[in-house]
Amino acid sequence: MKEERKHKKAKKYGMVIDLDKCTGCGACMVACMAENNVPFRADESDKLLSITWMRVYKLTNGEPFPKTDVCYLPRPCMHCEGHGGHSPCVSVCPAIATDYSAETGIVSQIYTRCFGCRYCMASCPYHARYFNWWDPVWPDGMEKYLSPNVSPRMRGVVEKCSFCFHRYQLAKEKAFMEGRREVDEDEYQTSCTQACPAGAITFGDLNNPRHAVYKKKKDPNAFRLLERLGTNPKVYYLSSREWVRWAGDNYLADEGKLKKAMHHG
Amino acid sequence: MDSALIPKGVKRCPLWQFVLFVGAVGVVLLWGVYAMLLCWIKGLNQTNMNDFYGFALWIWADLTVIALGGGAFFTGLLRYIFGKEVLKNIINYAVLIGFICYSSALLILAYDVGQPLRGWFIFWHANVHSMLTEVAFCLTCYFGVLTIEFIPLILENRLINRVRFFHHLGHNMHEIMAVFAATGAFLSFFHQGSLGGVPGVLFGRPFAFREGLFIWPWTFFLFTWSAAACGPCFTILITKITEAVTRKKLVKDDAVELLAKISGWMILTYIIAKTIDTLYWATVTVPSKGFALEFFYSNNPLYGYWILFAEIVICGFVPAAILIFKKGRKNPVTLWIAVILAVVGVCLNRWAMVLQVMAAPVLTFESWVMYFPSWQEIATTILPVAYGIILIAIAHRYLPVFPNEPELNPLETIIAEEQEPEEAEAEPLVDQEQELKPAEA
Repeated sequence: MKEERKHKKAKKYGMVIDLDKCTGCGACMVACMAENNVPFRADESDKLLSITWMRVYKLTNGEPFPKTDVCYLPRPCMHCEGHGGHSPCVSVCPAIATDYSAETGIVSQIYTRCFGCRYCMASCPYHARYFNWWDPVWPDGMEKYLSPNVSPRMRGVVEKCSFCFHRYQLAKEKAFMEGRREVDEDEYQTSCTQACPAGAITFGDLNNPRHAVYKKKKDPNAFRLLERLGTNPKVYYLSSREWVRWAGDNYLADEGKLKKAMHHG
Repeated sequence: MDSALIPKGVKRCPLWQFVLFVGAVGVVLLWGVYAMLLCWIKGLNQTNMNDFYGFALWIWADLTVIALGGGAFFTGLLRYIFGKEVLKNIINYAVLIGFICYSSALLILAYDVGQPLRGWFIFWHANVHSMLTEVAFCLTCYFGVLTIEFIPLILENRLINRVRFFHHLGHNMHEIMAVFAATGAFLSFFHQGSLGGVPGVLFGRPFAFREGLFIWPWTFFLFTWSAAACGPCFTILITKITEAVTRKKLVKDDAVELLAKISGWMILTYIIAKTIDTLYWATVTVPSKGFALEFFYSNNPLYGYWILFAEIVICGFVPAAILIFKKGRKNPVTLWIAVILAVVGVCLNRWAMVLQVMAAPVLTFESWVMYFPSWQEIATTILPVAYGIILIAIAHRYLPVFPNEPELNPLETIIAEEQEPEEAEAEPLVDQEQELKPAEA
């Protein structure tokens, strides 16, 4: 209990993704969809219409062979803090259907509150928010395999990565039953983190010095996507490759020395 | 057949002709209603919107009709608050056009949202930080004000006006109209501004984002200003179109000219402010986010510098220059050109602030995404236009929308003209049987 009281600062759950380790296998995407009952269509080839809470981008440095280099970049919701919790999407939602938790730093989405105006989608520069253009249709028998901890979403509402918040709730309940106030680092991990075979994703409390992410975010090769916009995201990336780090943000010609990264597929 | 309903001292086309016209437009309306029902029943998968285009044609239409409907609040402000008496000859029509625009905006919102039955959440679970919340509240309130402003005109229908209660109600409402005009102007300032705030606060979207004053981005003020400037041009344009269709002069030149003059100065000041805003955005805001101006106007098949030039120069400075000079606004041709350009300008501005924002990539490894609306989106966007035409047709036929009409088109002259067969042929909208006795029949 004493140990728990030492860490009084509010939690700020976040991720550090090591892009040098990511092989682009897509296990994180599959795990996320299965864990969170993410709906899918028979034809998922149109990525402007498919829902991928976790999406892996393929980036290349744009150089011809043999200098070509490839990087896979997994992109969950960034759970932006903005300034004082005013993340781009939270402050614009007219019905408070999305909320920034001061306790965990997680940006939530209340599906039964959302009425589908899509203003949050317009505000998100990461395209991390998705609209349910159709009602979910599960293949025969698949209803039985849906996670009972996550409510499936109906047509006409927006959804996005929740950092597997239901897992946090379960971990909190377990800790409470065991007479603890705090949740250990390994008790609350997202499904994508656990599914990554390369161990590229690390998840934890960015404010907690005992969590791995606390140290990793301070790595000299760490960067965040679009930091210059002031979104203050909680997902960090690591890469030893300079062109990958440059790809994380926009720079003027006299600022950037390297060619812009390109996305394929 | 319906002559008892037609205002005194004016002449209208035969009923069959009217019904035919309304019926033809009604077919278009039904097409829109069918598309609307498809969207409601089957969902927004009927549109070509996608996860890049959460906002698309409908939101543009919404922002645009509200800007064009700005003629109602601004004309009301000039007429009732600043005492521009001459505008009383056009205020009814400005209110009617505003009513159509705002009811259309609400209708569009009703099918634009994914869960229309939860639309009331915006009021019940209101987020005071959201510009859209302010839009919803002010827009709804102002639609109420417009309805109140429209009611006295409805009560002036000949049959309704015979009822003593309605006669007095209409009269008394006229007496206190200044209060509603002031309320309307106040509400309009905020919802027009909040609509500008909708893109302006998007700090994750550098093309839209603007710094500002306190909580209001510069687009807040620019949208209000442009609506006040270009809204009256739309009122003039619709008036001129109505005059062309009915082949009658309906509003005296002094009212149109005054409105055009004020509109001209408003456009000029607005477009200067818009130019300053664009320059600041291009040289300070955007570079601070790592973008060069040309990024937003290149590497895509549609959005180039032409849109900026068209909006600011062709549809901004040109109509302003025409309207502020007496010669320009007095000449019917240049007046037509000026009001059309001003209306196109505000449409372009809203298009850029909605569609171009969605099209431009922000992540370095994403690309421009283009969009073309589905037929359901097009039909539902034309739907309010058809509804507006029908409402104008009905109002023009049965309500004294234009106080100058009997004076500008004396019945004796029309009758005399019709007795000459050649002239009568040239005026097909006028009843050939001429036992119209339109007024007191």
